[in-house]
Amino acid sequence: MTTKANKFYGGVHPHEGKLSRRDAILAAPLQPLYTVPLQMHIGAPAKAVVAKGDKVLRGQVLGEAGGFVSAPVHSPTSGTVREVTTCLGVNGAQLPALVIESDGEDTECEPMPAIADWENADPKTLLKRIADAGIVGMGGAAFPTAVKLSPPPGREVDTLILNGVECEPCLTADHRLMLESPHQVVSGALIVGRILGVKRIVIAIEANKQDAIGLMREAVSGTPVDVMELRVRYPQGAEKQLIYAVTGRVVPSGKLPMDVRCVVMNVASAAACGDAVCNGRPLYERITTVTGTPLVNPRNYKFRIGTLYSTALELCGGVKEGVEVAKVISGGPMMGFSVYSLDIPVMKNTSGILLLSDEELRQFSPSACIRCGHCNDACPMELQPGILSVQIEHQKFDLAEKWHVMDCIECGCCAYICPAGRPLVQHMRRAKAVVIAARKAASAAAQGAKK
Amino acid sequence: MLWVMAALLPALAAGVAVFGWRALYVTLVCMLSCVVFEYASCRLLHHENSVGDASAALTGMLLGMNLPVTAPTWMCVVGSLLAIGLGKMCYGGLGGNPFNPALVGRVALFLACPKEMSFWVAPNGCALGTWVCSTLTGATPLAVLKTSATPHAAAASQGLGDLLPLFLGNIGGSLGETSALALLIGGAVLIALRIIRWQVPLVYIATVAVITGIAFLCKPLANVTLASYVGHQVLGGGLFLGAFFMATDMVTTPLSRKGAVVFALGCGVITSVIRLWGAFPEGVSFSILIMNTLTPLIDRCTAGRPFGVARTTDVEVKA
Repeated sequence: MTTKANKFYGGVHPHEGKLSRRDAILAAPLQPLYTVPLQMHIGAPAKAVVAKGDKVLRGQVLGEAGGFVSAPVHSPTSGTVREVTTCLGVNGAQLPALVIESDGEDTECEPMPAIADWENADPKTLLKRIADAGIVGMGGAAFPTAVKLSPPPGREVDTLILNGVECEPCLTADHRLMLESPHQVVSGALIVGRILGVKRIVIAIEANKQDAIGLMREAVSGTPVDVMELRVRYPQGAEKQLIYAVTGRVVPSGKLPMDVRCVVMNVASAAACGDAVCNGRPLYERITTVTGTPLVNPRNYKFRIGTLYSTALELCGGVKEGVEVAKVISGGPMMGFSVYSLDIPVMKNTSGILLLSDEELRQFSPSACIRCGHCNDACPMELQPGILSVQIEHQKFDLAEKWHVMDCIECGCCAYICPAGRPLVQHMRRAKAVVIAARKAASAAAQGAKK
Repeated sequence: MLWVMAALLPALAAGVAVFGWRALYVTLVCMLSCVVFEYASCRLLHHENSVGDASAALTGMLLGMNLPVTAPTWMCVVGSLLAIGLGKMCYGGLGGNPFNPALVGRVALFLACPKEMSFWVAPNGCALGTWVCSTLTGATPLAVLKTSATPHAAAASQGLGDLLPLFLGNIGGSLGETSALALLIGGAVLIALRIIRWQVPLVYIATVAVITGIAFLCKPLANVTLASYVGHQVLGGGLFLGAFFMATDMVTTPLSRKGAVVFALGCGVITSVIRLWGAFPEGVSFSILIMNTLTPLIDRCTAGRPFGVARTTDVEVKA
């Protein structure tokens, strides 16, 4: 069954820059040390169940879920817990972390039993396995997958969309995964589909990945899964835009995909679910694109979680001689975060590490908004970024809230397109943080008044 | 800004061809004064120097092209001061001004010195390279229409001539507004580069054509055909200059496409009303300034609702 995809409003088409699209995934060699954060997901940090000096094996639980919205963390290799400490996260915060010193043996612990007959297994068993495997959204948000797959009672989900769009420029990790392990993606899709009891499963891929579309189409033959080709338009892979493209449903403002009976999951997360169920393997490694023109060898690597960015860059041959690296970005150029240190470990949601050279990076000194309206035309949420940014500059956050700043998905199209070089998406982020804080304060005050 | 100035060059060239080298002189004086006044205001207000964004030069160019070729130098300078000072810098500079600065300058001059501002040189007998082609004053096509509209002066309607000179620009008028062809070339460039929206000039000009056409049908003039009348309304006066270069100014017009169309429609209505029933023969400048005041309101009404806010009601979530 092929249905025509819908077109969302706006969007941009940045330079794709997918340098590593033809590079097969390489397994990163074993490292002497791994820094494994206990908080790689949205929600409560995992609680460490090992102490300094303990011997651990690969795949062994290091930290168990610290609440309902949380995920366990597993050891990337065998060795000793050298330190219980903190490490730097992408946003600059210190995260609780364990440093594992490898013993070089890489001995695997007794794996969880494979559920070979998953087609007939109880969905609850499958869900428990996904929770135990510590799987989180690997596209970037890092929301615990088991929580996402547990709709509240009475909520029905009829469509599962696997996000293989990878609209973010420069990144190729999902593309390579679909090329090299299409069957793992499909079995993951079917497992997740079984857990949710959906009627329709769609793997959505952007039209610039024809090879992946072909392979995935082959892989899904004989299964109820569809592969849908989507037009190349950033942010095609944004959740709300993707749901609209695939199903024509519009997620209401402030609501979740579940409110339109959809669940969206990254292909890498689905593949991890397949791995956890079929092979009993928890999530302790992931595919990450290490790229950028300053690198000698841009590559797609399968890293153990806890590999430092500095190690990742070394594995890619380091920086070319004579090239000045201006920025290191965790994620892609549109939505990624610029980091100031290379002592950040690869986490479950690290889809890419991107280097930008001095020449590529244009620094803008923003000028006044001349109301050209380009941002209006680009905003896929149909907001008015220009007007909002002026309101935010004047600290009129209540006004910005009325103009729907909370619907901003921070895709960055506005800042990308702005001819005046205004940091529009940064303004939105600021306003959203202020509004969220104000809402929290208001609800706290309301609670206090009740008491 | 530089592209807009480049797009104005054909019209300026036409102005020089029709009215002589003084057309260029007037425009350059305005551009230079605007830049100087912008620089001075920036110093005075302790702003960062914004001359580099070329918007002041563009304002000067537009102002100059909105003046008659005979405009004395002091008028160019005063007009520039009003445009930059009153029209732009007192609102905080580029991006803050509610009105099109060049039009503020032009209208202020028009109200203060109506005589100098309506001293239209007839382009007859112009040879390339002359300073000012002719010192004869000629009525502009719109002034002819204005008088024709009164029943007593129906005879004057015989003055309505061929449309070709109007299209090429060989007529009386402001130095940059007369050649519809040159303005069309510049406008097409801006549309092709997506600097302006094609909907704005189209809707603006079409609205004027339709309203004046209807007015003509209600009260036809002797010896004048509908096509000739509407042609004079559309090609005469500053409609093309206004529709392509001033109703499309980003700062002072609505943000959204929908809003821009509403804006253009309003400009067309007001221009027609002024031309048909107002005191002045020409209404383009006034109409754009009046619609400028409505821009924030249009913006608010045409803002639309974000993805997921409006359409939840009409997109039924189907199984």
